[in-house]
Amino acid sequence: MAGLIEKLGNMDRRIIFVLIALSVIIPISFNLILPNPVGAEPSRDLFEYVDALPEGSNVLVSFDYDPSTMPELQPMAEAIVLHLFKRNANVVGMALWPQGASLGQDAMSHMADSLGKVQYEDWCNLGYKTGGGVMIVRLGSSISAVFPTDKDNVPWSEIPMLRNITDLQSFSLVISLSAGDPGIIAWIMMAGDRFGVPIGCGCTAVSAPQLYTYLQTGQMVGMLGGLKGAADYETLVGIEDGQAVRGMAPQSVAHLVIMLFIVIGNVAYFSQKKKGGAR
Amino acid sequence: MNWEILGIWLGALVTFCLYSFLYRDNPFYKFAEHLFVGMSAGYWVIYNIENVLIPNWWQNMVPPEGGFNWVWVIPGIFALFMLARIVPKTAGLSRLALGMIIGTGAGLNMVSFFQTNAMSQVKGTIISVATGSAWDIFSSVVLVVGVVSGLVYFFFSKAHTGVVGKTANVGITILMVAFGASFGYTIMARLSLLIGRSQFLLEDWLPTIPRLLGLGG
Repeated sequence: MAGLIEKLGNMDRRIIFVLIALSVIIPISFNLILPNPVGAEPSRDLFEYVDALPEGSNVLVSFDYDPSTMPELQPMAEAIVLHLFKRNANVVGMALWPQGASLGQDAMSHMADSLGKVQYEDWCNLGYKTGGGVMIVRLGSSISAVFPTDKDNVPWSEIPMLRNITDLQSFSLVISLSAGDPGIIAWIMMAGDRFGVPIGCGCTAVSAPQLYTYLQTGQMVGMLGGLKGAADYETLVGIEDGQAVRGMAPQSVAHLVIMLFIVIGNVAYFSQKKKGGAR
Repeated sequence: MNWEILGIWLGALVTFCLYSFLYRDNPFYKFAEHLFVGMSAGYWVIYNIENVLIPNWWQNMVPPEGGFNWVWVIPGIFALFMLARIVPKTAGLSRLALGMIIGTGAGLNMVSFFQTNAMSQVKGTIISVATGSAWDIFSSVVLVVGVVSGLVYFFFSKAHTGVVGKTANVGITILMVAFGASFGYTIMARLSLLIGRSQFLLEDWLPTIPRLLGLGG
């Protein structure tokens, strides 16, 4: 037994890589979908806030990410935009990251096509603007000054759905899908605390722990954290075989494998320590 | 030539090249790494010219409807100052541009950052103790104890013995719990990227093989 534990403790790390790869590949290959119950979590808070918005509400969605975080944030973007369209909200997209504008366009046009929503009447994409927090402060006084045209150079005055929008306070909710800086913290600081606009967020799992503090103080109405948050929102919106929901099975199996190796590593460590071998 | 399939195959090959590093460092990994760095740099230059410089600066200075706005020459000059670092004799000019960026950022953030990350947090803690449920009160007490004991752990002007030592022990325990939560979330994030790549390989790339071999699809 002691020899086996010692062998496991000195296992070649490449064996662990292969096992992690298999734990991801096998559930995807067999299209395994695990149940994803959504309790009283920040993702449900965001869903319920969006669900309670009156029809015709203006909602600003900021796509503050790039392709490197697409597996986590793109499913969130699609699920949130779908929900907003189902609630007949006017969805205005923009981006604090250059490539976020194109990713937002993909999400909005894909969901709009599925529900028959019309660009410039139900949704539009203002595109990317540099400046981060400084730019958000300017949005608080005039959005058309920052975005005189949309992403495709259509003038602000020629977009019907923007006629009743002047500044940030024209929006019932701002949702930032954020992979880092500039992102959700700039929105909380400038749009939320300065102009009093309700803020919701979807973020990468890495940044989720530091954002929980803004939920407890009411500075955010809800939050989607990582792939789990995306899967929660897909479940709540009713996307049964969404990318994030399908991703949770390999995620769960891989976590079990990692937990197993954490236990093995600790048993091996304490076993060696007992014998006086561990440093 | 089917460009979509070519793109999928290139993506798959580069993915395999990069993951080959998990076995050991090798020329395929080096090739993919250098390809990524070079292409990223080239892509970003063009992307920033097209999506930042032209719409945000050039079209403001030289509007499509005609005319010339002289005021937009100033940010252009400051942008050139940033590039002045390349020549040692003119490197000092870049400090003017950097000074403006840092000054604006500091001025804007000083009040907002304190308001958002200190005042609102303190206010939220006090209000939840005063008006919240039993769980809110418990959470706030944990938060306050965690902050104070965590600070005590990093206070080295007094020996960590007696009450100070016990408080520091509580602090390090709470810090470990916080690091554990961050570690768990980080694993989830990294696995999500692996899952994204695996979904691409299994659902986008693999089905192209029978199509290329003329086996249907």
